[in-house]
Amino acid sequence: MTPVLVLFVHPALRRSRVNRTLRAALADLDGVRVHDLYETYPDFFIDAAAEQALLSDCGALVVQHPIYWYSGPALLKEWFDLVLERGFAYGPGGRALAGKPWLSAVSAGGGADSYQPEGLNHFTMDEILRPFQATAALCGMPWQAPFVTHDAVGLGAPALQQAAQAYRRRVEALRGQVGGE
Amino acid sequence: MPLADAVIYLAAAVLSVPIARQLGLGSVLGYLIAGVVIGPGVLGLVGEAQSVRHVAEFGVVMMLFLVGLELRPARLWSLKGTVFGLGGAQVLGCAAALGLGLLAWGVPWPAAVFGGLAGAMSSTAIVLQALAEKGLLRTRAGEVSFSVLLFQDLAVIPIMALLPLLAGGAGAEASAHPSALAGLPGWVQALATLAAVAAIGIGGRLLTRPAFRFIARTRLREIFTAFALLLVLATALLMSAVGLSAALGTFLAGVVLADSEFRHELESDIEPFKGLLLGLFFLSVGAGIDLHLLTDQVATVAALVGAIVGIKIVVLGAVLRAMRLTGRDALLSALALSQVGEFAFVLIGLAGQAGLFDARLGGLMTLAVALSMVTTPLLLLAFDHFATDKEQERPQGELPSIPAGGRVILAGFGRVGQIGGRLLMARGVNVTVLEHDADQLESLRPFGFSLHYGDARRADLLASAGAAEADLLMVATDDKETTLTIVETARRHFPGLKIAARAFDRVHAYALEDAGANLVVRETFAGALDLGVGALRLLGVPAYEARRAGHLFARHDQEIYDSLRTMTGDSASWGLAFRAKREHLERILKQEAGEHDTLGDDGWETATAAQPCVPPGKGGDA
Repeated sequence: MTPVLVLFVHPALRRSRVNRTLRAALADLDGVRVHDLYETYPDFFIDAAAEQALLSDCGALVVQHPIYWYSGPALLKEWFDLVLERGFAYGPGGRALAGKPWLSAVSAGGGADSYQPEGLNHFTMDEILRPFQATAALCGMPWQAPFVTHDAVGLGAPALQQAAQAYRRRVEALRGQVGGE
Repeated sequence: MPLADAVIYLAAAVLSVPIARQLGLGSVLGYLIAGVVIGPGVLGLVGEAQSVRHVAEFGVVMMLFLVGLELRPARLWSLKGTVFGLGGAQVLGCAAALGLGLLAWGVPWPAAVFGGLAGAMSSTAIVLQALAEKGLLRTRAGEVSFSVLLFQDLAVIPIMALLPLLAGGAGAEASAHPSALAGLPGWVQALATLAAVAAIGIGGRLLTRPAFRFIARTRLREIFTAFALLLVLATALLMSAVGLSAALGTFLAGVVLADSEFRHELESDIEPFKGLLLGLFFLSVGAGIDLHLLTDQVATVAALVGAIVGIKIVVLGAVLRAMRLTGRDALLSALALSQVGEFAFVLIGLAGQAGLFDARLGGLMTLAVALSMVTTPLLLLAFDHFATDKEQERPQGELPSIPAGGRVILAGFGRVGQIGGRLLMARGVNVTVLEHDADQLESLRPFGFSLHYGDARRADLLASAGAAEADLLMVATDDKETTLTIVETARRHFPGLKIAARAFDRVHAYALEDAGANLVVRETFAGALDLGVGALRLLGVPAYEARRAGHLFARHDQEIYDSLRTMTGDSASWGLAFRAKREHLERILKQEAGEHDTLGDDGWETATAAQPCVPPGKGGDA
């Protein structure tokens, strides 16, 4: 049993600063398993059965990725399409994920003020994450307030460290919530 | 046969058969006409054809061996419903109707029964050629016609066995081969006969395989051919010795060997002999045709032909309609099958020898059979004329029938062929494997692959492996010259066949493409690329980035491959151009590892300090 499964989805890890740092902040946490999708499936050939086994075995799911075009990277969509099957995640007999909390942890290049009705992106981050929220809802997974790192471009080193520690605390809290520790 | 006779027979065949084919009459008619021309009736170049006939009858023996070889039990089983139901109904129905007709015409009943059965046969060569020309072989009509022909092939054996019974004591005396067992008591003869059949069955199963392997290892083709001929002739001799029909024995031997991996090789080796000898057989039948009979009794012959063809069309049409074929398909198949086939000549000849048919009946039947073959192309022409109007009746937008599952011939089943071939097999593709290495075949035998021994460079072997109907030829042989020869041969003989080939290197790949291969894969390229990508990963490069670097390398390599194609001739300029391209590629890959993005993944690059403006909706992290 893995209390917290972190789906880590970033196609160019070496270009990443925020996501790499956030991920590193979880490295020594017991009961937290980071599952790097692009490292596991560089050819996009997802093993749905193996992924479902991982999900069945976890207590809570963290989905960590950068926001690309108001969504996640391509492999994350492929993962949803193939792994969250009818009969497993939803539909008749599809209760494998019910009750497991879903925490979206996303990074965005724009500042918080650009994700406002009057801002550059016109919509709030909550609105942009609606498809993920709907996905969680259909699977019966309680939606957690998302962990958003804004202004990923200009974030200074101290601010990034603060964000990493905050992320660590969120994940620890989630672990406690599912009785991990 | 004197040399002069041989020259006359061969010249007649070489001249008349191509002309007959050109006229759409088929090779059987070509041989018959040539026989008539050189026979006593016209030019009188050859006299009594009896001695020739004796040699030529080995053509029939070989034909039945090939029929047996083609008769894979699995195939027969998969078609059992149509073969036995439809085929049986067709043969019995036509035989009954024709037999009654002959009886009414005043023919004694044993001869009428046998004549009916002989008349029920159709000509495999004419039917398959006609259906292939119309592209109907793989349709329901084609499958049904094929099943009918298959049943007729099978029915020849019992019909031949029936002959001595119908001919009665006197006839049997004349037809029986002089048996070596004549003086022995009945039970010994029976035992010897059983032992001979058992010897063919057991020997075919157990002894031929090691013998074939032993011979295949010599890689001497003529020895293989000699062995194939020896096998057929020895079987014929054995069966004659115990008083059974040689044709029946070789048919049995063929069936026993039908599952052997040497089947295609045997077919290709026997086929030319069978073709020539059967041609000779038809020539001698033609030479034996009594032209006076035709001129004296035009009305009788015409009535006979009309009655036979008419009865066959009606019976076949009724049976096919009962099989739920559409009216159009049923009519087309019935017309295609309406002639009397070449087997009938064999049966009529045998009936004459056995005294069942008198000379006049035999002559009239032979004439009628020959003329019925002329009617088929004419009937089909008429059908085309008539059916083009009916074509419009088909509902618009009807989906074309689903093509039969892919058929692939795979040449070479070594390290490359096994992987490519197993992928296709696992997907349910019908793969016929040709492998030239007898030891390799033997080592793979326990794994349950369907493998055939043979040299895929030979067009005849490709043909007997089904190249004319196959969708794809996959060439995975490991020798450069062999692969090239196979591709060239296959392209020349089977223009419509798709060819995928394994290339040794770039230059070989160009040669294969020039030879007509549709797809060429350099044998080491994908493996080498995987090795490079795997090495990058071991060096700590993330998996997806390493994979993309490999893809980038492959794309650039393909560009080099395409641009250097025209330069293979001049090695000096080729070397220079290759070096320039290689340096270009290396520069790109080096840049990729540095600041500038050449993997085409700028989209993931979030705005940098130099690019402060965040694109709409974008941005992850720098």
